Amino acid sequence: MNRMEWLANLTPTQQFVLFSVVKIIFAVAILMPIIAYAVLVERRLCAFIQDRVGPNRVGPFGLLQPLADGAKAILKEDFTPEHVRKVYYWLAPALCMIPALLTLAVIPFGSNLGNSNNRMVIADLNVGILYTFGIVSLGVYGIVLAGYAANSKYSFLGGIRSSAQMISYEIAMGMSVIPVFMLVGSLNLSAVIDYQAGRIPDPETGRLIQHSSGLLSWLVFKQPLAFLIFLVAAFAETNRLPFDLPESEQELVGGYNTEYSSMKFALFFMGEYANVILSSAMMVTLFFGGWTLPVFGLEQPADSLGKGLLHIGIFLGKMAAFLILFIWVRWMLPRFRYDQLMDLGWRRFIPLALANIVVTAILLWVRA
Amino acid sequence: MDPVFAFLALLTTAGAVAAVSLRNLVHCALCLVVAFAGLAALYLQLNAQFIGFAQILVYVGAVAILIVFAILLTRGSEPGNQPILSSSWQAGLGVAVLVLGALGVAVASSFVRYYPVSPAPQPTVRELGEQLMTNYVLPLEVIGLLLTAAMIGAVIIAMHEKQGPR
Repeated sequence: MNRMEWLANLTPTQQFVLFSVVKIIFAVAILMPIIAYAVLVERRLCAFIQDRVGPNRVGPFGLLQPLADGAKAILKEDFTPEHVRKVYYWLAPALCMIPALLTLAVIPFGSNLGNSNNRMVIADLNVGILYTFGIVSLGVYGIVLAGYAANSKYSFLGGIRSSAQMISYEIAMGMSVIPVFMLVGSLNLSAVIDYQAGRIPDPETGRLIQHSSGLLSWLVFKQPLAFLIFLVAAFAETNRLPFDLPESEQELVGGYNTEYSSMKFALFFMGEYANVILSSAMMVTLFFGGWTLPVFGLEQPADSLGKGLLHIGIFLGKMAAFLILFIWVRWMLPRFRYDQLMDLGWRRFIPLALANIVVTAILLWVRA
Repeated sequence: MDPVFAFLALLTTAGAVAAVSLRNLVHCALCLVVAFAGLAALYLQLNAQFIGFAQILVYVGAVAILIVFAILLTRGSEPGNQPILSSSWQAGLGVAVLVLGALGVAVASSFVRYYPVSPAPQPTVRELGEQLMTNYVLPLEVIGLLLTAAMIGAVIIAMHEKQGPR
């Protein structure tokens, strides 16, 4: 009890700062190993798909390979070519990584620990989704600046391609989630999860009322088209195959990261994997019920420490499933042509997303 | 003065001044990004979360990146041994002073000055939407019309280029 007393004696502001710092450290400490092991899973899985073995020498089943990779990236010579634009050259890898880490702030990765009223989200913003899209849209700067800084044709083409691609698919992605928020009635990501667990705020008092819950109240079943568009747009936004034209090794020798070496090169890839992980987290939150499961009362916020940890585990498990999907698709599908990519984004997805908004609006209007 | 505000104001102004006075267009565009981001941070500092993140999403994330994209696509090489600063700053300064004067006169003669300062509201996105659809529906429609006209104009310019001699 003595330990809890000093906690209760703090002012609310001090408590807020303390809890926020702990949550930030916790979230980043979870994210970084996931990035490292996503790379290992990617290499192992691609090896199995291509009938190879993959890295299996460092540690049991190659489990220590990420450590070796990290040590290699840090110890290699950090070479700066003579012809690059120095300031942008240094800035670009950081700009790739920062947005990915900032997005982490609004993801609700669990209910709460124990009986406290401390939600497992770093910043429970009322405009959470707007924040996410705003920050994600900054990710393109890292790649464009890398392409411009390198001062070489391959990098430049990669940067140009990526900016066109990311701007195009951002629109489709943003429009695809509008029906979700028309149903939920809030831009807050915790409210999206509450909605999917069947807790809908009362129109007058604003208090949450438990409605029917179940698998079918997950938004993926209510808005399948929105999910589909979001999924494909997420592949395009993270520059993953089948939309990895900014990198496309065969024609651009790696694209925007051609002139980079050592840790700066590694930062681009860490940024890419962080983006993949956070897209997975967004999809879990928006369409797959977040930390809830519609069985064993797991859709209710936790009332014990064990259940709180279980909720975090459920969230991570769902996220891992999407991570595997991202990796699997990369080694299964060929790359799109540039005109096909633009055609799909502008002439198929944007009209479809607009139609989805209109249809959802009409349905809500009829029901009201 | 609030130190946070002072820092943000300085950053925004410095970005804006650099955006109009530098010579290399890519540098200008990126300084414009700094100015836009500074404005967004100012909105956030005023507790206006919606407009702050909308500013980041629309201006920093879309408008400015389109400007950078267009500059990179159209001028691959940069000017050689030219001075860092643009030389046409006198005309720019004149225009800036004129605009500032016009805005200053308009604000000074506005009746808003005589209203008592109301406490800062905490609008939700729902209230913003309701206001846009009721009190401010005409300005919204006019802006929509303007943007549509601009878009049609852009399409027509692009179409002509395709048909004309290469």
